[in-house]
Amino acid sequence: MTALARKIGVYIVTAWVAITVNFLLPRLMPGNPIQTMIGKLQGRVTLQMQQAIQQQFGIGLHQSLWSQYVSYWSQLFHGNLGQSITLSAPVSTVLGQTLPWTVGLLGASTVLSFVLGTLAGIALGWRRGSWLDGFLPVSTFFQAVPYFFLGTVLLLVLGSDLHWFPVLGNYARGLTPGFNGPFLFSVVRYAELPAATIVLSSIAGWMLGMRNMMVTVMDEDFVLVARAKGLPTRKVVSYAARNAILPSVANFSLAIGLVVSGALLVELVFNYPGVGNLLLQAVLNQDYPLLQGIFLVITLTVLGANLIADFIYVFLDPRVRQEA
Amino acid sequence: MSVNADNLAPLPAGQLPAGQLPEAVLARTRVRAIRLPHSPKAIAGLAILAIFALLTLIGPWVAPYAPNYNAFAPNLHPSAMHWLGTSNLGADLFSQLLNGARATMVVGFIAGLVATLLSVIVGITAGYIGGGTDEGLSLAANVFLAIPGLPLLIVIDSYLPASGRSNTLLIGVIIAITGWAWGARVLRAQTLSIKRRDFVEAARVVGEGRIRIMFFEVLPNLVAIVASSFLFTMLYAIGTYVALAYIGVTSTAVWNWGTMLYWAQSSNAPLTGAWWWFVPPGLCIALVGTGLALLNFGVDEFINPRLRAAGLSRKGMRKAGLPRHPKLGLTPVVRTAPRKPTAPATTARTGVAR
Repeated sequence: MTALARKIGVYIVTAWVAITVNFLLPRLMPGNPIQTMIGKLQGRVTLQMQQAIQQQFGIGLHQSLWSQYVSYWSQLFHGNLGQSITLSAPVSTVLGQTLPWTVGLLGASTVLSFVLGTLAGIALGWRRGSWLDGFLPVSTFFQAVPYFFLGTVLLLVLGSDLHWFPVLGNYARGLTPGFNGPFLFSVVRYAELPAATIVLSSIAGWMLGMRNMMVTVMDEDFVLVARAKGLPTRKVVSYAARNAILPSVANFSLAIGLVVSGALLVELVFNYPGVGNLLLQAVLNQDYPLLQGIFLVITLTVLGANLIADFIYVFLDPRVRQEA
Repeated sequence: MSVNADNLAPLPAGQLPAGQLPEAVLARTRVRAIRLPHSPKAIAGLAILAIFALLTLIGPWVAPYAPNYNAFAPNLHPSAMHWLGTSNLGADLFSQLLNGARATMVVGFIAGLVATLLSVIVGITAGYIGGGTDEGLSLAANVFLAIPGLPLLIVIDSYLPASGRSNTLLIGVIIAITGWAWGARVLRAQTLSIKRRDFVEAARVVGEGRIRIMFFEVLPNLVAIVASSFLFTMLYAIGTYVALAYIGVTSTAVWNWGTMLYWAQSSNAPLTGAWWWFVPPGLCIALVGTGLALLNFGVDEFINPRLRAAGLSRKGMRKAGLPRHPKLGLTPVVRTAPRKPTAPATTARTGVAR
């Protein structure tokens, strides 16, 4: 379990770095961006709000950087991420409403993309040199298309023109949110096109990685032995695939960062009320407390996803388990 | 189509019996090593990239109008006069596309260069020196890998003053900060495997300095991986820069393909069906990306000879004299026999690659 413990250590350090960067950035940036923002807000927000922002970013408090840092941490432990300026609500409340949509959409499409991509990679690796190889350049193209551009095209063609999928939003207006049939069905329908965009854009990475590993693993002696014993092809493929999949899982942390970054923009295109949309609003309105809260929550969520992938890795690879 | 084994010369993975070859063949090997790759994928990638490199150089000069000169009728459809029509403000979109190439490519290139430099220094140092240095540098790389890049860049860039947001050089360097870690990790792993080889030991015994061994003995053996890492990072950087511009965090006055998409989106071009506004920049980005990825395939096949045979079509395999259905456990490694009178008549050998 030492490997797992090390990983968890890395994630703790990463979380600390992300939080510290979040704390330091507004304080060390040249040109005093927060001061400028407060100047612009003069007269537009209540005095109370203005003080809250000054408190959060340590402006005009004459406190040492260290004591600001300590109070920043204590605020964080109380779940206080500050007040959103434009939405006039606590950042944590705003995020609490939007995060489930993003996690749901992203989680489902990432799992789907990983499973489909891996299966396709196994097929491509096993049938190397066949007509299936024609998929490689095509998938490369889809990988290179920016997520948001692909989303725009799909939205136009399949949504606006052909009306195959409902678009813009997360469920049909007039339904009562809750655990009821029509609502859940509508949620799934509205998520189809954004999810398809994310899957199409991210599938190539999994596919190519898996294919290349399959090509390498198929040269191992155990595959030859399995074949020589006369095992059915299905079984031989599964033996090879089981070993080839490990690097894919191990590289999950690299891939998930890219997928999350791309998927946030897909939300903009489809007007999906998730964290990505919130991020755009925060950028446009220079809502720094909201912006920082979003960054922190996204980072922590990604770390959580990495941790899950690591647990799966330990489950898949007996060598890691025996190390302890 | 056959791939020359000569291309493998600078790589340890090639395991060429170099000692047995006569001097003349060795000399030719060195010349062959720098010539164009044979893989069709790599050639296609190079061709695409060459076109866009040309566009980067001459784009702003050959553009018929200035990108923000908007004295034309708004919302024109594509015509002989305006190849891609005009924007809602009456600017020529073809000119914007040509002008946008430069900033997009330059930022991608700078970010790729800086990130690769960082990853070479960090990766080789961590791998070669080891111990506490390795622990520290690896931790840093893992931290940067785990933090999602785009949200961090959005936060950093939104704090930049207006002058910083329009500075393409600065944006490129900031993107590089989030993009070096992957390359560093791969290079570290390779350095670990190389540093125990005899030639490195020999250099140490001879008394070469640490820096010299790291950058003159180890680094030349990692060139292919460095190249692959550069291509990958440039791909990442272009995608990220365009995404930042699309959201509107970088200056909207700097023309790049992301800015075009930003204006297209904010004036509802997709919903009004003005495909000539948002499709060309999107396709350009995708083409550059495909070019980089295809070239990367070429480099991958260069590093791993197994992938080379796997990439052959059935026709290509027959031409190379390989069996139609590769047997399990036997990956054909395509190599041309040295053209010498004593050379065997077959153009390719099949062997178990180890």
